[in-house]
Amino acid sequence: MSYAYYPGCSAKGTGRSYEESLRAVFGALGTGLDELNDWNCCGASGYPAVDAAKAAALSARNLALAEDAQPGAGPVDLVAPCAGCYRALLKTGRALSGGGPMAARVGGALGAAGLRYEGRARARHPLDVLVNDIGLERIAEAAVRPLHGLRVGCYYGCLLVRPYATFDDRRAPTSMERLLAAAGAEPVDWPMRTRCCGGSCYCGGPLIGALPEATLRLSYRLLRDARRRGAQAIATVCPLCQFNLEAFQRQMNRTFDERIDLSVGFFTQLLGTALGLSERALGVQRMLHWRLPDPAAAQGGAHVRA
Amino acid sequence: MGFSSPQLATTQAARAADRVLPQFCIQCGTCSVVCPLIEYMDHSPRVLNAMLTAGSHEEVLHSRAIWVCTSCYACTVECPKQLPLTESIYALKRESLRTGTYPRRFITPVLARQFVRTVDRHGRSSEAWLSLALYLRTRPLQLVRYAPVALRLMLRGRLPLRHESVRRPAQVRKVLEALDATTTGEHA
Repeated sequence: MSYAYYPGCSAKGTGRSYEESLRAVFGALGTGLDELNDWNCCGASGYPAVDAAKAAALSARNLALAEDAQPGAGPVDLVAPCAGCYRALLKTGRALSGGGPMAARVGGALGAAGLRYEGRARARHPLDVLVNDIGLERIAEAAVRPLHGLRVGCYYGCLLVRPYATFDDRRAPTSMERLLAAAGAEPVDWPMRTRCCGGSCYCGGPLIGALPEATLRLSYRLLRDARRRGAQAIATVCPLCQFNLEAFQRQMNRTFDERIDLSVGFFTQLLGTALGLSERALGVQRMLHWRLPDPAAAQGGAHVRA
Repeated sequence: MGFSSPQLATTQAARAADRVLPQFCIQCGTCSVVCPLIEYMDHSPRVLNAMLTAGSHEEVLHSRAIWVCTSCYACTVECPKQLPLTESIYALKRESLRTGTYPRRFITPVLARQFVRTVDRHGRSSEAWLSLALYLRTRPLQLVRYAPVALRLMLRGRLPLRHESVRRPAQVRKVLEALDATTTGEHA
């Protein structure tokens, strides 16, 4: 079994370890990912602020390329790990399948370049694929190094479940909690898990810090609440969220007189750890800080530095 | 949407805002309550709707609020009238860029345009180059503040300086240019 794979721009930059850990996890579960040939930017949240039709056309080219790579009549699942890309591809697929003047214009523009979107390709998030296609039972079996009650905050952010709730609830999603619980973790109850981290306005460039004060405060509130609820690590599904929550903890501590020190990784890195994959395979060496409680000393509370 | 007050049809900006809806807004304020960025806005989402209904389109188009929105869709999901609030803010952003009414000294419109230029040229975005271009354009002195984080990322291979590009930029351009040719005045 293998899926078409849309990395998105951040997977080649700040989110490199998302791609690495995703490939490692899927590989360990016997599922392949075939990178879409010559994919382009999804349009993110920046392009629709300037031109809605062109933003849709950008995503539509990717969907058309995915169909082109899998000729036939069946559906084509395009796995998009970045929540921003996922939402953009999903939105475009729906808009173009629904007909109307915009769909006709975008279809015409694709045609001008020799491309066609038939409506077969649809975006899937890897969290959805893992929970609903591969299944929790198989993942629990494959978890040879369970996470031993690691208390994890599962952060969904905004765009994975909003506005479209394709595989989970918009207000109280549970997929990630169920997945990481199957890997032996102990998800904490964290109602803020779908609140915006402040990063999505950066459209693929988190360093840009369009409104650094706002982002710092929004991210800080999330982490403060997660820590109060006992989280020892945060699992994310989006390279922008991951970056915002990880990279500015020092600044948060200075600004808000705090001591936030949380490992913020991709959910695939935590899952991969449970599957017994090496830290290098999961891109852990790329994290700015990563410190999970040592399972062997779980009772004593000792920490090991990765 | 079907009906509109006489004021709502006066200008092009008004027509865009009209598509967006606020005449159905019941002013319950749910959007403002769930908006994570409200404290950074000059007008709350509820007030924006009130202003649009009252015909203050120009003022809305000049506001920072629409450019503070991160499009997280919290308001859209919670609106009891199911108004497409996030999409309406996107429409207002486009309208404010097109009519030149966006706040000149605010950073997010510059970012959106820079992002579009980058994607038009390369077919992909580059975090490093996009960030650099934006800082140089808006506040070069801040570069110093973020240099340590950038350096730590580079050392970990997370901020490559090579600009990713599609292999067939001409094809991407062709798709985008075809849309330039068929502009129908449809901006929403």
